[in-house]
Order: sequence, then structure tokens, then C-alpha cells
Amino acid sequence: MSKVLKKEELIKEFNVVGKNVEKYDGLPLATGQPLFTDDIYLPNMLHAKLLTSPHPHAEIVDIDDSEALKIPGVKIVLSYKNVPRIAHTTAGQGYPEPSPYDHFMFDKKVRYVGDRVLAVGGDSIEIVEEAISKINVTYKELPYVLDPEEAMKGEVIIHDEEDINGLYDKNKNIISHVDIPIGDVENGLKESFYKVEEEIYFTQPVQHTPIETHVTITYFDEYGNLIVRTSTQVPFHVRRILSKILEFPMKKIRVVKPRVGGGFGVKQELLIEDICSLMTIRTKKPVRMELTRKEEFISSRLRHPSKIWIKLGADKEGKLTTIDMRVLLNNGGYGTHGPTVLFNSGSKTLPLYNKAKNVRFIGDAVYTNLPVSGAFRGYGATNGYFALESAMDDLAEKIGIDPIDLRKINHIREGETSPIFEKLGEGKEGITQYVESCALSKCIEVGKNEIEWEKWRGKRIKNNNFVRGVGMAIMMQGSGIPLVDMASARVKLNDDGTFHLFIGATDIGTGADTILAQILAEEIGVPYEDIKVYSSDTDHTPFDTGAYASSTTYVSGGAVQKAGKIIKRKIIEYASKLLNENPENLIIKDREIVNFNTGEKISLREIGEKSFYDFDQEQIEASASFVSPKSPPPFAAHFVLIDLDIETGKIIPVKYVAINDIGVVIHPNLSKGQAIGSIVQGLGFALTEELIYSKRGMALNPNFLDYKLLTSLDIPEIVVKFIETYDPTGPFGAKSVAEININGPAPAIRNAVLDAVGVKLNHLPFTPEKVFKKIKESGVI
Amino acid sequence: MIINFILNGEEVNYDAYPGETLFELLRRYHHYEVKGNNCKSGECGACTILVDDKPIPSCTYLVGKVIGKKVITIKGIGDIDNPDLIQKSFVEEGAIQCGYCIPGIIISVENLIRKNPNPTKEEIKETLSSHICRCTGYVQQIEAVEKVVQKIKEGK
Repeated sequence: MSKVLKKEELIKEFNVVGKNVEKYDGLPLATGQPLFTDDIYLPNMLHAKLLTSPHPHAEIVDIDDSEALKIPGVKIVLSYKNVPRIAHTTAGQGYPEPSPYDHFMFDKKVRYVGDRVLAVGGDSIEIVEEAISKINVTYKELPYVLDPEEAMKGEVIIHDEEDINGLYDKNKNIISHVDIPIGDVENGLKESFYKVEEEIYFTQPVQHTPIETHVTITYFDEYGNLIVRTSTQVPFHVRRILSKILEFPMKKIRVVKPRVGGGFGVKQELLIEDICSLMTIRTKKPVRMELTRKEEFISSRLRHPSKIWIKLGADKEGKLTTIDMRVLLNNGGYGTHGPTVLFNSGSKTLPLYNKAKNVRFIGDAVYTNLPVSGAFRGYGATNGYFALESAMDDLAEKIGIDPIDLRKINHIREGETSPIFEKLGEGKEGITQYVESCALSKCIEVGKNEIEWEKWRGKRIKNNNFVRGVGMAIMMQGSGIPLVDMASARVKLNDDGTFHLFIGATDIGTGADTILAQILAEEIGVPYEDIKVYSSDTDHTPFDTGAYASSTTYVSGGAVQKAGKIIKRKIIEYASKLLNENPENLIIKDREIVNFNTGEKISLREIGEKSFYDFDQEQIEASASFVSPKSPPPFAAHFVLIDLDIETGKIIPVKYVAINDIGVVIHPNLSKGQAIGSIVQGLGFALTEELIYSKRGMALNPNFLDYKLLTSLDIPEIVVKFIETYDPTGPFGAKSVAEININGPAPAIRNAVLDAVGVKLNHLPFTPEKVFKKIKESGVI
Repeated sequence: MIINFILNGEEVNYDAYPGETLFELLRRYHHYEVKGNNCKSGECGACTILVDDKPIPSCTYLVGKVIGKKVITIKGIGDIDNPDLIQKSFVEEGAIQCGYCIPGIIISVENLIRKNPNPTKEEIKETLSSHICRCTGYVQQIEAVEKVVQKIKEGK
């Protein structure tokens, strides 16, 4: 197909897209401006704090707050005794949410160590802390269950409330169940020439650790509107959920998102906004609440710990005939994002190998009495790829071919589809789609050379106690949720010829404001500097589902491009009347409307001025919405070179190569940053990060000294390259880059260890002690 | 208790509470350029400032110790109209994503370059390692510092 060529033709015309323009908020951030939620002070502001459960599962018999309320400065205590009881999900998703309604603002039961019991508001955080120490909560402890397979026996019921809904089987603690058969897996495996018998993979609980924890400030404005200033990825969902659970008119709620100090999925969730809001409604005072680092670890959200069973079958030529995958997700005490993360662990992985005629995907998301799992960059795909891409290397070993060749034979290509697209959607059926851009073959080729695959593969080169290995993995993701995610944009022309862009899209540090301004500037034909961006304010910007599912460039960008097209047409129509000229002879170039027949020009500034004051007066503006029937997948090929210390079991990543097809690259530097950031998070997931629990489900390491994040000293040389394709459905051919690259490090490193010492590591993270034990068992040392 | 110190070149007299940290004091006096504090243990590095030319996490530094000392926050490095080389380089190299950890990181880099205008890559990495940045993966930050070092060498 000639789409790559088409892109090259088009890209020559780009003036703003593809350029490293200055990040919209770059200098304000670098100079420490008061941009974040907490960077304001309001007079008479109360401070709020949670009291959380010390028990994994208990009924609250009574709460005695009489002593606490006597402390001067203590203003309010919220608990199950005095808040509305309305079942909801904390997941910030399109409405109606696929997540079960199993959460109450405060309940009479606690379901994990760290669960909400009550919240106190007072004049200072010290007063509130003292008050919390004076509150007496009487619990009746209940039997608890931490293991999802145990939980499915139904001996302990975690959610027995009458007034919840949307879950699969209350009596077995199953939130969501899926069983999708395509073809005949049993027979497929039987008839396969090569087989990978069942292997089981485990992924661990990890936390997003945004450096800004969840923080919210609420207050009433002069008109009695409730202002919710909050660090969120989903301002419009926050407004909708708040209105429902507080029984407060939506019209009177305004959610404002300032700059956000990182999200990665954990802020796609309503976690503290309800508490601040209700305290403000009840006390009429401003209320501030910020999670401590420990609270962020145990009382917010995690990546789902999972257990994945996988079997593969292939024919004589190495063509996959059968994939059999079963996923079990530990959702913790609440079901937020359970169905969708479960479905995505199949829907974002299995289409990659679309040649297999027999595919089965069975899965369950299950309650346990552990802290809650939610949305985390990668969203199930990260778990699924660890199993799938590890199994692919095992299959290559069985067949006796290079793992790269095995993937080349089997991966999806441009113009192709997979039945999985239709069978698996967002907690329900999906939508058929064909891949309209895919440079995966080229990504693999380029990466293979960059890592010097032939030089290292199978050589097991030793240097003292280090053995060198090389591994790889390929992956895809999506770009937004088809026919669910909707974004909108509004543009107006000012009397100096510049534009204001209003978008509901939510920049959480990704650079969304920047690239959306680039898309608008490119579409209209003006410099990037002429665009001023206002985003994420539910009163002043139009609707957008929010920052998740790798949707912003593709979906919000689609809306911005559409609005740009409309305002461009309106400007040209206005100019045609003004100049008395056929609009078809007019174009916008260098801040001017040019008649390309006569060379006659009029500046955008003149158009702006005249439209306000002089001629055919109107505000020239446009608005548009975008929703796509597609979610074009970006693709990537990852390669890693490691040194394995066989005396200690320590894995040292030496070089990491990620070659991406994300469509047309709107902003190379920001795209590279998204890729590298994902890779380093993925390396932490692979090597060091794990929230560890006691036997009672209490987190033992909820701090940065004991929960090991990678630092600048721990990272390998990282090479990121983009092979540009042009996706015909994306703005200027763009797809997405936010999530995909977190999927690679775990399987790529696992496969590199397999190359180095022939040992299969199936249990994340690969800590030295685990690796050492494994290699010792296998007799390598 | 009124305490006196030099903040970004100006003498200040702030009323400190007993047991208050420098972070809490600065924020209470609206110096919102100092970010962080949710770890309250100096683990993340976001709240780093210079006290007598030494980078310290302000969340663990008690106010009593600051009396008479010279304190520099990111505002003492440069502002929007007049950013310094490091701030510009971080913006240009894509070294900033959410930006929450950035003021602290730039403070540490500033300190490094003042003391050692020609650091090696390992020295740059070591300086950055007292900060946690969850967004960027550090690579472009290392590159941004290398660019600054290059510019200084070229006398720009």
C-alpha cells in the first residue's frame, strides 16, 4: 500500500506538526509558578484527613467521635452515620460506567487495610490528626481472603450489600467474567505441530507514585457554586459522580483541573473530591485534602496483581494456530476498572497475532481483602503481554527458530483485522476494525540492527560473573475507546488575529495542551505561538471524557482539527465577503488571507478587528466534537541487552531499544518523553517495584525507601526511534504514544534472561534473590 | 518566634512555629515555587532548595537551623521573563513532563554546575539520583544538563 508515501507527501506541507515547539507550560513549570492544585491559599480553609481501616475485613460496630469534637478547631466528622448512601463506582469512565456500583462514600464495613472509615475536617492538619487519635472505632473483625482463587470459593463474601449492582457473581466475589472462544482451542492444540504447554505468569501490585499525590481544594464562589480544584485526569466524570453521590445540582458544581503532577491512571478515579466537597457544603468553608505518600500507596489504587495461564500451538512453519489464555485479576476490596482492565488484557494483546484460528480468552476479576487495583498505564495489556510475549519466546525455543522470525511470521499487518476486536471491548463486545497503518515489520528490523541482535543472541558471552543476554518483545495498544470516548473543542478568533482554544482535554503532564495547539495551528495555517489554550474546566471548556486510554492526541486532537477546519472556512467566507472574492481563491498563509490569483492579502488581525467593530459584525468562532468508530493501534518492537550477575542474581539492563509506530509524530521530543517514561516505569515493574503485604494484607513498604523506584543511576542507555506511518483516521495521521511502551520491558528482560542462562522467570518482579534462586535450581551455577 | 534569613537575596523576618520545617514555613508565606512534602522524609527530592549553597530537602529541615542563612529557591534561579540556561535547556530538551519535581531538580543541577562546570555523565546522573521523577525516565534531563555544560564550555 502507498500510505507511507502519502504521509511523506503530506508531511512536506506541515509547518507546526512534527516540530519541537516550546511546551506550552514548559517555562512556567521550570520557574516554579503556582500552577498546581495546592499552590493557593484560601482564608479560613479547613484541612481534611482520612481515618483508615487497620483490619482487612471488618464491620464497624460504632464510631465514638465525642472526644474529638471537643477539641477546639475540629469542625466536622464524616462517616457512614451522616453521609448519603448512594452506590457508585469511583472509576472515572464514560457513563454508564462498565465498573460495578459497589462503593459508598462511607460504609459500615471496611474491606482492606487502608479502606476509608471516616474523615475529619479542622483548622489545621495537626488539630485533625489529634482528633483522629481521639476517635474510638469499634470493629467486629470478619474472616478475610487475600488470594483471588480462594476468594472465588465464596467462603468469605466481601460485598454482601443489597444495594449494589453491576457485578457478575456476588457469592463468589467475581466482579467480571469473560469466556470468548474463537474456533476450537482443544482441537487446535491437539493438532498443533509445536506446542507450548501451560505456563503460569504472575504480576505483582505496583503503584503509580505520581510525585504529586492526590490533592483537592473545594470552596464556594460568590454565586454559591461549589468549586472543585483537583488533581484529576477526568474533570467531567468527577463532576458527574459528585453530583450524583452528594445529591447536589450538577449546574452548581465547577471542576477545575490546574497542572497535575503526574497521573498514570491513578487519577482516573474519584478518591477524595467527594470528602472535600461534602465538607464544604456542610461547613461553607474551603476544604483542602492531600494524601500522604503512605496513603497514596495503600488507600488509592494499584496495578492489578494477576495470574495468567497461557498455551500456544503452531503449525510446522511456525504459524500460530492456537492461543489459549486465562487471566485472573486481583481487584482488591472494590471493583473499580475490573471489567475493563480484564477485557483489555486480552483485547490489546491477542489481535497482535491475528493468524491464529483458535483463540480462547477466559478471565475473571475478583474481589479480595487487599488494597484496590484500578487503572494504570497499559491497563491490562501490560499484564497480558508479559505472558504472551514470554510464551512466544518459549515457542521459538521449541521450534528452534529465532524469536524475531517467529514474530515476523505471525504479527498483524496493515489491512488486516482480528476477530478479537469484535469480541472484546470495554467490559462488553467490541467493534470490528481493520488496521490501516502498521510499520511493525520495519520497527522489528530497525530495532534488531540497533541492538546488534546477531552479535549477542545465543552467544552467552561471559565477563567475570556477568553473562550477557538479549531479548525482545513486540506490542500494540489502542488510541482511545471507539464509539465511547468523545472530545470537543471550541476556537475563537481575537482582534489581534490570534486564537483561543478551549478544550475539555486534560493535560496531566503529557503535553496535551501543546500538541492540541499544534494541531489547531497546523489546521488553520498560523504559527503555534498564536494559539492560547484553556483546558479542563467544566464551566468554561466543552466536554471531553478525559486523559486515559491513550485517547488525547487521537480523540481530542480529532475534535481540535475539526474545529480548526470549521473556523478556517468561516474566516475565508468572511474574507470573501470583505474582498468580494470567490472563497475558493483564498487561502490562509503566514497570518494572512491570500488571494492566490491576484496576490491580494488581508491579515488575520484585520479580519479580527473588522469582525468585531466594522463589517458584518460577529464573533468568528467554531466548535466541534469527535468520536471515532476506530481505535487505531500504535505498534512497537522492544529490545534489551542485559548483564546477568550469576553470583547475585542481579539483572543489569545495559541497553534498551524501542522502535515505535505511533502514526505521524506531532511533537518528537514530547513523544520521545512519553516512550522513555513508559520504558523506565516498565523497567521498575520488571525489576524492583512491588508493594509487599503482611499476612493480614497490610502494606509493609508504602514509602520510597522500601518501595524501590528506579533512579537516574539505574537506567540503561535508552534508544527510542519512530517509524512514521499515516493513519487516515487520526489528526494529521497521528495515533497514540502514552501507554504502549510500558508493555515491553517485563517480557523483553524475561526473554533476555532466557537467552543468557536458559532460565524462565515467570514471576515479577525479577529481584536478585528470586533470580538467584531460579538459576541455582536450574543448575546453571 | 521571628526568624531572620536571606531568601533569594532579600532579608526576610518570618514568624515560625515550633517544630516547623522550612518547607512548611515557606509555603505558609506563599512560596509555592517549593513543591512536594507528601513524603515528609526527603525521599522524593521535589522540595529541594539551597541553604548556604547546599541542596537540601526542605521538608526535613527544621526552621531553627535556617536563622541567618542564605536560602535560594527556584525563584532565585530565574523567572519566566529571564530564565537561566538550565531552565531553558530543560524546556528545550523535553526534560519536563508534569513538572512537579522540576524546581527541585533544577536547584540540584544549578548547585552541581556552580561547583563543577564540567561534570561527567556519571556526575550528572549522581546529582539527579537524589530526585524521583516518575514521568520522564531521566534521559532527556541528563541530555538537558549535558547541553548546558556544552553551552558553558562554548561560552554562551
